[in-house]
Amino acid sequence: MNKPLSLYIHWPFCLSKCPYCDFNSHVADHVDHDVWLDSFKTELSYFKNTVEGGRVVSIFFGGGTPSLMKPFVVEGILTHIHDLWEVEAGCEITLEANPTSIEADKFQAFREAGINRVSIGVQSLNDQDLKFLGRTHSAQEAIKAIEIADKIFERRSLDLIYARPDQTLQGWEEELTRALKIIKGHVSLYQLTIEQGTPFYTAHKRGDFSVPQSDKGADFYELTQAMMERAGMPAYEVSNHAIKGQESAHNLTYWRYGSYIGVGPGAHGRVSIQGQKHATRIHCAPAIWLERVREKGHGLQACDPLSQEVQQSEALMMGLRLNEGVHIEEINLDKGRLNHLIEEGDLELSLYTLKATPQGRLRLNSVLSYLYG
Amino acid sequence: MSPAQNTHPLEHIRNFAIIAHIDHGKSTLADRLIQTCGGLEEREMSEQVLDNMDIERERGITIKAQTVRLLYTAKDGIEYQLNLMDTPGHVDFSYEVSRSLASCEGSLLIVDASQGVEAQTLANVYMAMENDHEIVPVINKIDLPAADIDSAKEAIENVIGLPADEALPVSGKTGEEIDDLLEAIVKRLPCPTSQDLTAPTKALLVDSWYDSYLGVVILVRVIDGYLAKGQKIRFMGTKATRDIDRVGIFTPKKVMLDQLGPGEMGFITAGIKDISDTKVGDTLTDEKNMCDTPLEGFKPSIPMVFCSLFPIDNGEYEKLRDSLARLALNDSSLIYENENSQALGMGFRCGFLGLLHMEIIQERLEREFDLDLIPTAPSVVYHIHMNNGTMIELYNPVDMPDVVMINEIHEPWIKATILTPDEYLGGLLQLCQERRGEQLNLTYVGDRAMLEYRLPLNEVVFDFYDRLKSISRGYASFDYHVDDYKTEDLVRLSILVNGESIDALAMIVHRSQAERRGRQLCERLKDLIPRQMFKIAIQAAIGGKIIARESLSAMRKDVTAKCYGGDISRKKKLLDKQKKGKAKMRQYGNVDIPQSAFIAALRMGDE
Ligand SMILES: Nc1nc2c(ncn2[C@@H]2O[C@H](COP(=O)(O)OP(=O)(O)O)[C@@H](O)[C@H]2O)c(=O)[nH]1
Ligand SMILES: C[S@@+](CC[C@H](N)C(=O)[O-])C[C@H]1O[C@@H](n2cnc3c(N)ncnc32)[C@H](O)[C@@H]1O
Ligand code: SF4
Ligand SMILES: [Mg+2]
Repeated sequence: MNKPLSLYIHWPFCLSKCPYCDFNSHVADHVDHDVWLDSFKTELSYFKNTVEGGRVVSIFFGGGTPSLMKPFVVEGILTHIHDLWEVEAGCEITLEANPTSIEADKFQAFREAGINRVSIGVQSLNDQDLKFLGRTHSAQEAIKAIEIADKIFERRSLDLIYARPDQTLQGWEEELTRALKIIKGHVSLYQLTIEQGTPFYTAHKRGDFSVPQSDKGADFYELTQAMMERAGMPAYEVSNHAIKGQESAHNLTYWRYGSYIGVGPGAHGRVSIQGQKHATRIHCAPAIWLERVREKGHGLQACDPLSQEVQQSEALMMGLRLNEGVHIEEINLDKGRLNHLIEEGDLELSLYTLKATPQGRLRLNSVLSYLYG
Repeated sequence: MSPAQNTHPLEHIRNFAIIAHIDHGKSTLADRLIQTCGGLEEREMSEQVLDNMDIERERGITIKAQTVRLLYTAKDGIEYQLNLMDTPGHVDFSYEVSRSLASCEGSLLIVDASQGVEAQTLANVYMAMENDHEIVPVINKIDLPAADIDSAKEAIENVIGLPADEALPVSGKTGEEIDDLLEAIVKRLPCPTSQDLTAPTKALLVDSWYDSYLGVVILVRVIDGYLAKGQKIRFMGTKATRDIDRVGIFTPKKVMLDQLGPGEMGFITAGIKDISDTKVGDTLTDEKNMCDTPLEGFKPSIPMVFCSLFPIDNGEYEKLRDSLARLALNDSSLIYENENSQALGMGFRCGFLGLLHMEIIQERLEREFDLDLIPTAPSVVYHIHMNNGTMIELYNPVDMPDVVMINEIHEPWIKATILTPDEYLGGLLQLCQERRGEQLNLTYVGDRAMLEYRLPLNEVVFDFYDRLKSISRGYASFDYHVDDYKTEDLVRLSILVNGESIDALAMIVHRSQAERRGRQLCERLKDLIPRQMFKIAIQAAIGGKIIARESLSAMRKDVTAKCYGGDISRKKKLLDKQKKGKAKMRQYGNVDIPQSAFIAALRMGDE
């Protein structure tokens, strides 16, 4: 059996915590990179022995800030992966990077370790906004990092956050126009989400600032779509744009509901064990993870089988984010609700494909909860 | 077993209540008295020790009356037994106050030196006078920089009519002059009279409550005779007989004794499981040696404000029923009966003494019993006089009969007393006028205006009290009692969402107010109902006539921006949460209305 498989490696450390971010990231004084390398290797081996094998089609180092990893750790992990699995030729190997100078200086070493794509967290091109977002780099530094990346990697992507506190449509239009000059191949344009348990949540609740939501948020989104289409980079997913062929293979695995293994603190996976799809979740706390891996060879907190029904709903949840929609041969949905959504112009159904329209994609959460309501 | 003599002869017993407007410092002063008499060690003192329900502590108000026995050795060298009652100050609980007063011979009337006489100060004084109480006026909080002892004295003399020089300035907080106060209690308050240990037992059932450890605890005041452990007693009103298994007092710690003698206050337990077997105001007597005539008893409390409570989760109906029963154990003024609403399912129509009482019950249900409730708009009891000559008491606007069959609708009116600093008078007059009030009297007490108004209770249950407080920056005080029923031009206002009437929002209003209320409700709902997948029409109607409308456009954006592999589970949780949130919603047609929208809409006042 040689089904495609993707691998996600989570590096849970950052230099400082951004006030909007609720990802599993921690600020640590000291990280023993040797121990971490060993632990990743141990957990990868565990998965190799537990889940059905396949051919690795993408690898993603996410975080946290994986660009803080010492290159030998990245290299050690990749070598180990090659030892365990068959890795497809041209396999996309991405690393998320923060655009500070220290990190950009390591790009060459990452390249040599086997990384062939970087995703750079630029977030904004306004220094004042970067500061507000708690970022430790300037716009200039970010541009510099992109230039360095372009010399080293064949593929790179950028992350920008928009619909930020007190941002105006006009302000974003101007910023995105500037950004288009440095966008190449692939870009992720995320509307800021105010996540519970972050300083932004409290500040927002307290009324310190307002963020464009609902109608205003829709205006931001539609402006963004129009500009990106004009630039020849329409969205292939809710927040992701690429020129043809440059889509992120790794993220497509998620959205197409393929198989992926997640290792490292807080990582999630969808893997096949004895012909049954399972959801895996790893302990979030770095210290506990290290301890579990040392003691048991893995840091799994949960590994639950997924019923057919849940699988279909997950596949739909992810797939409707994509332009291409979801391939479905058999519809196990409430026909009345489905038809209602089609009539309302939120969904489109052709022979084997269910797709969200632009209107439907923009309110996909409501569409899904209505569909399953 | 023959009864023992009292530890303290009658002349050395003082039974007194502490009465005041809310927040004037009754509970704090009680703390000081307890502490000074050594009822509790310093380290055992927490603030307002008598307020032992959580909600009392949190809201800083006394809901139930409390009693404590203290021993005080006076300057004359004699040890006195002081039985103190702390009473609730809020108008909703004046019923509790009145029965506490019936068990005492005197009152300490607390007046906050920085606030002066307030509406409930007056109401309480009048109640104490009806009970023939000797009253010692106490000017409290003299430690405050804003304390104005002279004005307080003047008001005591001019408004209440008690001699100003009899008022004692004290501070419940610092304990200043507490010794003088204790001396005054002993010197100026009367001892219990005409009691006799050998006479047939006659005792007043002051209050009762359910204690999970002791069962039903009965608070008593012995008039004649005694109550002793093992004694067979009879409840003259309910005609039940029981054996007393415990006799005791609060110091405020529970202390068990063998007996309570004439003039004394304390508690008994008598193997009673259910509080409804005890009637507040009942007379207790000795089964073998009965007294001839029972005590006068109390008028039962009448619920004035009604609303319906529905569990959000229909499966919690039984839990709600049990929880209401549990609360009613300790609250004889809470009444409830089943109600079946088309939209909201099974619930209860409940009657309360007033708005605060209603809020407290709802809060306790949600907090102590972990229920999620949808309360309907508070309403009063209307008398519907039908064309056929019959009269229907309407407890719920939903049940209003067809208008063509109605001859007249009568609604309850109250007599309200408002005391306010002069500068807010204009605003308050306007408020009363807007609420269809009729001015009865306007007098001045120093620089404070005393306003008497007749008002429809319906207009008061909305948000009158909040408005009064906000107009007067908290300085005006308010008290009321129900006056009579009066015929009015009243109509039923219904609210429709996508053409479907929401029974929970139906209300009866004066025709002159209907359009304004309807418009307000529609506007408010437009903001409260979350955008949905589809467009929604919100309308207000009288009968078939639409008098206001709003429309809510469909939701445009609602999508998670960043969704990576690890997020599937998270996002599923989000959807599940939305689903769970939906369980908290009620569906009207295809519109989901969250509970919070109901509550907020129902809280609505004039803004
Ligand atoms: N400064 C001062 N504050 C007091 C005094 N007595 C009570 N208070 C405060 O007034 C508020 C109301 O007191 P409380 O005893 O609960 O009043 P009650 O509602 O009459 O029982 C509380 O915040 C007390 O701390 C006093 O003598 N001096
Ligand atoms: C988890 S971060 C990791 C990458 C790297 N540490 C960084 O910050 O650039 C991945 C991306 O998620 C996006 N992101 C994080 N929190 C977000 C939020 N609250 N709303 C929208 N996007 C967010 C940012 O664009 C960020 O680049
Ligand atoms: S946004 Fe990136 S750098 Fe900032 S805290 Fe989150 S993971 Fe770390
Ligand atoms: Mg109190």
